[in-house]
This record gives sequence, C-alpha cells and structure tokens, in this order.
Amino acid sequence: MRPAGRRLIALALPVLVSVGLAAQEPVLRWGGDAEGGAPFVEADPNDPTRLAGFDVEVAELVAGDLGRRPQFVQIAFASLDQSALRGDFDIGMSGIEDTPARRGMVAASVPYYQFREVLTVRAADRGTYRTLADLGGRRVATLAGTIAYDLLLEAGRTHGIEAVSYDDDVHPYSDLAIGRVDAVLLDHVLAERAMRRHEGLVTHPEAVEVGYYIIITAPGNVALRDEVNQVLRAAMQDGRLEAIYRRWNIWNEDQPVLFARVLAGADTLLDAESVQLPTRWEATLRYLPSLLRAAVLTLVLSCLAMVLAVGLGVALAVGRVYGDRVTRAVCTIYIEVIRGTPVLLQLFVLYYGVSSFVRLPAFVAALLGLGLNYAAYEAEIYRASLEAVPKGQLDAARTLGFSERQIFSLVRAPQAFRFSLAPMTNDFVALLKDSSLVSVLTVVELTKQTQIFAANIGSWAIPGALCAALYLMMSLPIAHVARRLEGQWKAPTAS
Amino acid sequence: MSALLRVDGLRARRGGADVLRGVSCAVTRGEVVALMGLSGAGKTTVLRALAGLEPFEAGEIRVDDVTLGAGRAAPPAVHRKVGMVFQFHHLFEHYTAIENVALALVHVQREARPAAEARAQALLDELGVGARARALPRELSGGEAQRVAIARALAMDPPVLLLDEPTASLDPARRGDLGRTLRTLAASGRALLMTSHDDDFVRACADRVLILADGEVVEEGTPADVLERPRHAATRALLANGD
Repeated sequence: MRPAGRRLIALALPVLVSVGLAAQEPVLRWGGDAEGGAPFVEADPNDPTRLAGFDVEVAELVAGDLGRRPQFVQIAFASLDQSALRGDFDIGMSGIEDTPARRGMVAASVPYYQFREVLTVRAADRGTYRTLADLGGRRVATLAGTIAYDLLLEAGRTHGIEAVSYDDDVHPYSDLAIGRVDAVLLDHVLAERAMRRHEGLVTHPEAVEVGYYIIITAPGNVALRDEVNQVLRAAMQDGRLEAIYRRWNIWNEDQPVLFARVLAGADTLLDAESVQLPTRWEATLRYLPSLLRAAVLTLVLSCLAMVLAVGLGVALAVGRVYGDRVTRAVCTIYIEVIRGTPVLLQLFVLYYGVSSFVRLPAFVAALLGLGLNYAAYEAEIYRASLEAVPKGQLDAARTLGFSERQIFSLVRAPQAFRFSLAPMTNDFVALLKDSSLVSVLTVVELTKQTQIFAANIGSWAIPGALCAALYLMMSLPIAHVARRLEGQWKAPTAS
Repeated sequence: MSALLRVDGLRARRGGADVLRGVSCAVTRGEVVALMGLSGAGKTTVLRALAGLEPFEAGEIRVDDVTLGAGRAAPPAVHRKVGMVFQFHHLFEHYTAIENVALALVHVQREARPAAEARAQALLDELGVGARARALPRELSGGEAQRVAIARALAMDPPVLLLDEPTASLDPARRGDLGRTLRTLAASGRALLMTSHDDDFVRACADRVLILADGEVVEEGTPADVLERPRHAATRALLANGD
C-alpha cells in the first residue's frame, strides 16, 4: 500500500476535481483506484491535484466522445465490481481484468488492452525459477483478486506453490527484492514499472497467461456499455488508443492483434468454455476449506496476540502503579503513543518500515503488531483495576506481615483480575475482528479469505454469511467462558 | 506489671496539620483499653501508627521487644506483635473465611497448608463462626465478618490486638457477645486497644478509657471515673453528643 500522503491525495482528488470544474456539460463519473498508481491512474507528480495515467486518458477519450465531462471517483481496486453494482460511477476502469465471473456480475466492455501475466524473479534466480513449475514450495506474490492470484492458487494445487496476496502492486516487488518472496506473478505493465524501481530483478518475457483490460458499467446499464464499445472500437480504428499507449510506453506487438480481433466483432477474447461459471454452491464447497483454514489462522493469531497483550499489559500496568518516576514515564509514553496512532500504521512499520534491519515473517509481524497494540489497552484496564482494589484490602494484608510482592500476587492482582475480566473479554472479541487488519501484511485471515471468495464468485451474500457465522462461532464461546468465570466467582462456594 | 504496648510522645502531621501532638499511653497484658474522642480527634491515626501502617514525625512506639521509630518504615517484626481488626473488616473478598485466616500462616509463617487450615478452623470455632469457614466474605453477616476478621488478626498469635470501632457494624444484642469475646482474649494474656464511640460498650467491657482531643490524651482513668465524672470539656462534649 502507498504512503499515507498519497492516500490522502487520493481521497481529496474527487473533491478537488469537482470543485475545480464548474458543471457545464453532463459528467461521466468514472471509478478507478488512484492507489493503483502509474501507469494506470495516479496523482500527477508535478501537480497532485491532477490525475495522470493511460487509464485516465482512455477515460477522457470515452467521456469526450460521449460529449460528457469526466469526473473521477476514487474506489478501492478490490471494490470496483461492488461499486458498479451500487451505481457509484458510470464506468469503472483501473486495469480491470476480463474474467468470466466479472462478466457474470457487471456489464463488461470489449477488451481495450492485452497484457501478459509474467514472472519476475531476483536476477540471481533467473536460471533457477523460469516457470511456475520451478517454484514448488516457494512463496510467490501477487495482487489479491486478480487472475494472477487464481493462477497461483491453481499452481498451489499442482506445483505446491505458496500464493501470497498483496493489496497493492508495489510491495510484492519490494518484498521480492529483500527476499520475503521468491517470485512475483503480475501484469507485464506492472512488472516493467517495478523493474525500474528495483535493481536486481528480472522478468521472464514469456507470458504465463494472457489477459485483457476492460471497462465495466452497472449490469443494468448495457446501453452505456454499448456506447463505450463504439467509442473504443472507433479509437482503435483511428489510432487514438495507439497514441495513448505509445505515450505511456505500453504499446507492443500484442495490441494490433487485439485491435484486429475486436474490430472483427469479438466482444470478449475469453475462451467460450472458461465462461462456464461454477454454481454458487460449487464455489462455496470449493472455498469452504480455505475459509475454515483462514478461521483457524484468525483464532490462533488472535489467541497468541492476546497472550502477548496480556503479558505486556500486566508489565506496563505494574510499571505504572508501582514503578519509579522513570518507569512510570516510560510506560505512560508507550501506552499513549500506541493508543494514539493507528494499528494499521504500526503494522506497516513492523512489516515494511523496519524490514531493512529486521525482516519479520508476515505472521510474526502480525502477531507482534496486534499484541503490542492491544497491550496498551490491556495495560490501562489492569491499571484501573489495580487502583480499584480498595486500599483497606492492602492495609489488611500489610498488618498481617505480607511483603509488597505477596500483597500484589495474593490480594491485589486476583481482585483486579476480576474487575478486568469483562473489559478483557470485550477486547479479545475486538481483537478477533481487528485481526482482519493483518491482511495488509499478506496474511490471509478470515476476512481476507472472504473478500477473495466474494470477489471470485461475484457476490457477498454467501461468503459474508459464512464469514459472520465463523466469527460468531469463535467469539460466542469466549464470551460464554468469561460469563461463566464471572459467575463462578459470584456464586457462593459450598458452605 | 510492665506494659506490653507503650507509646511515648507520638506526633503526626497530615496535610500540613498536626493530627497527633504528643500522645503517650500504655497497655499491659490482660487489659482492654478504649480510646475515645470526637470524630477527627486522631483515634484512627493512633491505631494505624501502632499497626505500622502510617509513619509518624516524632515519638516512639514499643510493642513487647519491637520498637517503631519516627520517620522510619515499620520493621516487619511489628506485624507478628500487633493484630488489627478494621472497622469495615477488610476481609479478602476473593478468599473464603478459613482462607482469610490461614493465608498469613501459609505465606508469612510458611506453615504447611493442612496445619494452617486446622489452626484457622480452631480459631473460627473458638470465635463461634466455625460453621461459616467455607463462606465468602460477602455471604457473611456483619457480626460473622467481624469474628472472622478477629480470627484473621489472631492467626499469627500477636500479643497486642487493635480494634477500630468494633461495635460499629453490630446490633446491640451482638455487642454483649463481642464484649465477652474481648474479655476472653485479654484474659489469655493479650493487650487490647480499641477505638470506640460507644460509651455503653466501653463501660461494660474496658478496663481503662483514654480521651483524645485535638491530638492529645486529655483524660484517662477507669470508665466509671471518666465517663461518670468527666473533668475535661472534650469528654463532656463527647458524652453529650452521644457521638
């Protein structure tokens, strides 16, 4: 994912664009992801209030030919299909791939660009890793929700590759460069751009697969889709598309072939048989094992992170209650800094920020990030609970000759723990759900797996319901156990 | 007979004000002494200083062979010499009655748990709450909780027992029982010092009364002397108030 600054710009862009241009002609709202970056859509480096990219120019071309003024709408890449269904924009484009599932969900234009899925490796591995078959047992990165990801999942079954999904197209290559993954499978457009950023990477020119970019509209808006098709065909014919592609250095020998087939009347270049979609039921059965695996991972991650949070939280709370001035200050600073900054940022720092000194595996970074973050919240619960134990209890213990350490372990901590139990349960359930944030570190937990599932079958209904049911199956027992513990302490013991 | 508990010139300041301005007193074995005074006179501060819970600015406290000095932390040995029963008992909420009593035996005295629990049970039996040994503090009545608190304070067998307002949580019928219990404890060779507002209870149970006013002992004598023929204005005010 991009630095926060660019994210802000992306959020501000639609506003700036719409303020900047007073409405004279009807607008064509086009949705894309400026986080996808160049050469598709990105903020112009020379003028961040403007957008640049070949998709931007194609959008302008389409809008111009339709007599409308283009207006950009920022939509996260993974949500473009859903936004088309909601009607958040008229046309969507941002390196959107032509897939049978997508054609089943939204109205899709003719393909306007042909790309190759290519394998990028470190230069030293150029001879070793030439094809997916060479990468058995290795980690191969790509962008989530793409054809490349499906290819890797398939290669996981056939060659034992471990597919690693990212939410952006920058970090797969940076992690390849530092050795966290052994190859990246992505569009050649992205691969070429990445090779300019990173020395020591090479891309095998052979296409692992061929794909096409399309423009999408709401499924009911076939009329607009047909108009878009007309514009695209005209621009293929009169050389305007070629001119755009040449400007962005993405023109190659594949495009004339594509143009010829589209102009000859093809609406899609997908194989007829691959357009056969699995039924929802088949898809559900196919995804259920991975969903369950992701649920187990979520549970294991949350439990381990909670153990860390409780341990460190107790230490911080004890430091704040019993420590000298310096200890108290250090604990307070830790708690305030951690509570005062987003957990997402902390996860990024742990995984990417410090990767030049410590290269933490994704799961470890996720565990540390969640654990260290929740420790700050736990610490405050424990501090408040320790302070809520009546002073009289401590006085009574002192008159009996207990040491301060014994008073803590025998009297104060057990009573404080009871006060803490309800808020701790609350936090554990929250942690279970916050664990979905670690998907930004390529950890595919339950929510991420659900997104992948939903994107691939083109509906949230079944994946969403399954996901909710799995979270509830994990959180309800926790709440139940906590209630029983609380009940046990309140219930009279045998007298 | 030499005093088991001796206080000399005890001075304490709290929040910039003199709370105790030179309190001196002594309690001998077998004696029950009541410390009376209006609210704010410093009764509880005296008790807490004797129990080693609060430091004091000047003076000296001797309990048996242990000395508490001004401006120093109380030596750990004082806790074997002085037991304290708090006004609100402060029983450990998460332990049963018998665990409350046995806890210090196990963790301070390092006795084996079965022996400690046997001794705790015997103490609870002696105090008439043996049947409530497995109850949690919140399940006990005020009187029962107080008896458990006394048993806990006696677990380490301290020769001095301090009680802060022991009748506060008891209905009048129970006060007689408490009085008999305290007399029995004194008869077994202990020195008892209690604070109280309850002059009837003090008449019935104490050997001597100290009247504390403005941080000083202003009057001292048997209950019959002090409470029937008060000489000091503070004592008269105390009796008039019923406070």
